[in-house]
Amino acid sequence: MQKHIAQQTLTLYLSGELDMSNADDLKTLIDRDIDRKRIRTVILDLSAVSFIDSSALGVILGRYKKLLALGGKIQIANAPPHIYRILSISGLPGIIEFISDGKEIS
Amino acid sequence: MKTNRLSLTFTSLPENVLIARMLASSVGAQLDLPMNDLEELKVAISEAVSNAIIHGYANKPNNTVTLEIDIIGDIITVRVHDTGCGIEDIPQAMQASFSTDPERMGLGFVFMKSFMDTLDVASEIGRGTTVLMTKTYHSSPHTSH
Repeated sequence: MQKHIAQQTLTLYLSGELDMSNADDLKTLIDRDIDRKRIRTVILDLSAVSFIDSSALGVILGRYKKLLALGGKIQIANAPPHIYRILSISGLPGIIEFISDGKEIS
Repeated sequence: MKTNRLSLTFTSLPENVLIARMLASSVGAQLDLPMNDLEELKVAISEAVSNAIIHGYANKPNNTVTLEIDIIGDIITVRVHDTGCGIEDIPQAMQASFSTDPERMGLGFVFMKSFMDTLDVASEIGRGTTVLMTKTYHSSPHTSH
């Protein structure tokens, strides 16, 4: 996983399969940067993610709530079509901003 | 009519959810399922197995989860069984956004219901839970055998 921090924005380039086996690690990683580095915008780039289920969605929603309380936001970037389909059923695109190549798509 | 049956019994470890999905992938490839159907089957199985580990066994290892996949003709039946704490109120547990863990969105059952044709949950407090799901599939139209 690659990460990039600039101007209170954390960009995480996630890859592989996101499920209950790595959801807690993802949560800890993001929360640590929100708490210690005063990150207020988190961008999760899902272009290399091949699978996602509700464990990872719970982490995303939890970070959305945490950042919202701090005046921040979370964005999902470059979700592949099959990942976007799963996220759509969860209703996440109605809550969280989705971007593709830097442009808003929802 | 083609029939097949696979059974996988594994310890309630998070990393075994991936192995459960790998079995789903292999079955899907064997049946030549379209990619969307295969992805949905993987999500449904991942959710059922995750629920067994997270809720059934409260994330405690050294318990046993059983995954059975039956194929009869073009109908796939998935059964996920645990002998954990059981679900007190099944209709409530199946509601979106209800969850015993605030980090989770309670979407596990929503995904299972969305991606499969039928979903039945049988549970007994202190005895465990069985999730039974079925779906009728159609193989990819562009087979090149």
